[in-house]
Amino acid sequence: MSASDDVLATAERWMEEGRSGALATVVETWGSAPRPAGSHLIVDGQGHFEGSVSGGCVEGAVIAEAAQVIETGEPRMLEFGVADETAWQVGLSCGGRIKVYLERLEP
Amino acid sequence: MRAALLRELNEARAARRAVALETELSSGRQRLVRETGLEADPRGEAIASAFRSGKSASIETPDGAFFVNVHLPPPRLVVIGAVHISQALAPMARLAGYDMEIIDPRTAFASPDRFAGVPLYAAWPQDVLAARPLDAYTALAALTHDPKIDDFPLAEALRAGCFYVGALGSRKTHARRVERLGKGGLPEDAIARIEAPIGVDIGASTPAEIAVAVLGSIIAAFRKRRMRPERRGETPPR
Repeated sequence: MSASDDVLATAERWMEEGRSGALATVVETWGSAPRPAGSHLIVDGQGHFEGSVSGGCVEGAVIAEAAQVIETGEPRMLEFGVADETAWQVGLSCGGRIKVYLERLEP
Repeated sequence: MRAALLRELNEARAARRAVALETELSSGRQRLVRETGLEADPRGEAIASAFRSGKSASIETPDGAFFVNVHLPPPRLVVIGAVHISQALAPMARLAGYDMEIIDPRTAFASPDRFAGVPLYAAWPQDVLAARPLDAYTALAALTHDPKIDDFPLAEALRAGCFYVGALGSRKTHARRVERLGKGGLPEDAIARIEAPIGVDIGASTPAEIAVAVLGSIIAAFRKRRMRPERRGETPPR
């Protein structure tokens, strides 16, 4: 039933096609976060993406970070929310807070 | 994530096996964990709890922080009997997010024009279930009233640990059913898991109302794991 599941099938297909990519996973939420822990977003080297880690509020920032992760292969932990100093830029409008783990898809 | 691990994860999901992907957040190291054999696992208790609740979670341990992403199979509903109630139940189940399929060997009932868009098996439950086995993430509703058709899948559902097992029929019909299943070798406490009369008691009378009652029971069983107390942590997992 979870929509995030199809994202993993897409990720597998991308890898079979030889596309580079990064997998983002919501690993922790506080307050009224829009997507539960375990939700996925995948991004390829060209910035194409599938899935979501929020209601659309922070996806842009995750996609931008993904380019770095795809290049270096170093996983990153991203944090978004009203308490974040960049809240004015990419805060969650719902008032929640989320932590997103970003890792490279390794062929 | 490595391609081989992603493939393994997707295979388990396609095969309707409950699995969890554990990620060590400091190193990025990952492994796939199954529901069984968690006793000897260093983080077995936390992982078992994630399986029970169906909620993915971060866990803090003396060895560091880990993220456990649980993947439970989507709930499935197998209906025995291509009857009037099933016609009403099919669209309701779809709206509620349950994949529903119908098995009925009587081809006059199991005709595709009565069940547009619903997977329909015009064959004996014995044959269909051999190819598509029941599991703990499946609900079974037996709606034919006919022991020849209903009894086998009911027994099979209890053996497979289906999260919901219900059977249509009056108290009298059910008493005879309990007797038959007992003689067939099923233990009493297993037979007691069958919900009969079927469905939440809302005084349902029409086929559509009975379908609402049945779906209500199925949702309650899935969300509260009423039929599987160990899934709610009421008894320790074994």
